[in-house]
Amino acid sequence: MSENRMAIRQVELEVLRYNPETDDEPKFQRYSVPCKNEWCILDALNYLKDNLDPTLSYRWSCHMQVCGSCGMMINGEPKLACKAMVRDYAGVIRIEPLSHFPIERDLVAVADDFMAKLKRVKPYLIPGEKRSLADGEYQQTPEQLARYRKYAMCINCMLCYAACPEYGLTPKFIGPGAISLAHRYNQDSRDGGRDLRQEEIATNEGVWECTFVGACSEVCPKHVDPASALQQVKVASTVDWYLEHFMSWVKK
Amino acid sequence: MAKSNKPIIWGTFAAGGELVSFVTPVLILLTLLAAVGHVPDMLGYDALRGFAAGWFGKLVIFVVLFLSLWSQAHRLRITFYDFGARADTLVAIMVYALAAVGSIATLVFLARL
Repeated sequence: MSENRMAIRQVELEVLRYNPETDDEPKFQRYSVPCKNEWCILDALNYLKDNLDPTLSYRWSCHMQVCGSCGMMINGEPKLACKAMVRDYAGVIRIEPLSHFPIERDLVAVADDFMAKLKRVKPYLIPGEKRSLADGEYQQTPEQLARYRKYAMCINCMLCYAACPEYGLTPKFIGPGAISLAHRYNQDSRDGGRDLRQEEIATNEGVWECTFVGACSEVCPKHVDPASALQQVKVASTVDWYLEHFMSWVKK
Repeated sequence: MAKSNKPIIWGTFAAGGELVSFVTPVLILLTLLAAVGHVPDMLGYDALRGFAAGWFGKLVIFVVLFLSLWSQAHRLRITFYDFGARADTLVAIMVYALAAVGSIATLVFLARL
């Protein structure tokens, strides 16, 4: 890290601009932004919008790696703009909207496809055992929590979709994020909805489209490790398949 | 949506992948040792031929070769896919046919021992 956090240097940003209503195709626009050493890319974009070009569109909200809104391609890699630090980049920094998604405007990607897939996998608790208020809370041991906690860290930022070559090639693939969240609830001791979710994810366009490239886990800003979730889903679905076809009397 | 039947293929891929990563390096090491002239008595030609002639030896050799072949066939198939070759059915038929030929050849050789 630099010795002076407040030192300022001019940083060249090459930002993708696209307004579908007026532009034939996306093009890059160059800006020179005075950046402090302690800034993240999102700070640089905010400075740019406030002082140089108010027409630039991009999503952001929390500025602290929680909301998952500011995912974008920074020098070709999917990153959260609030997590990528300006000081870690030399030369011109190229900023584009997330790969594999249509562009709504400038750096804003259309998230409809991911949202629809998320809904399909039922990423919420479907209680296995109904309890009344009088029965009290659902209890869970630390071991039971540890089985899904990592997968519960997902913030729906879609960086894994931008990194996944299979999603790029086959857009109907349900994808790493949504399948990891399905797995998160399948692994929860309080949940009983696995059979419903398997109908969506144990399919050809579900987990079986995954070829374990592993890029999703490399780019995940919350260390969810989607690739491990998908491999666990494959093992469990394979066991299901053999049980369903050869030992249908055994309860899963 | 219908659940996938890919577990049939993936089962051999997963089991074979585990096997290949644990057993194959040992086999390569032993083969290299043998190649430079260090053959322990236990792994001499006669001892190994005796092992392969028994039903247990045949079973072990068949399982190792069968799973290795099928897992690597599947690995090749999805490598083609990752590189963007969209002729998945054609690739699948070719690589699985190779694995099947290898498996049958293994059976034939083991039966003749």
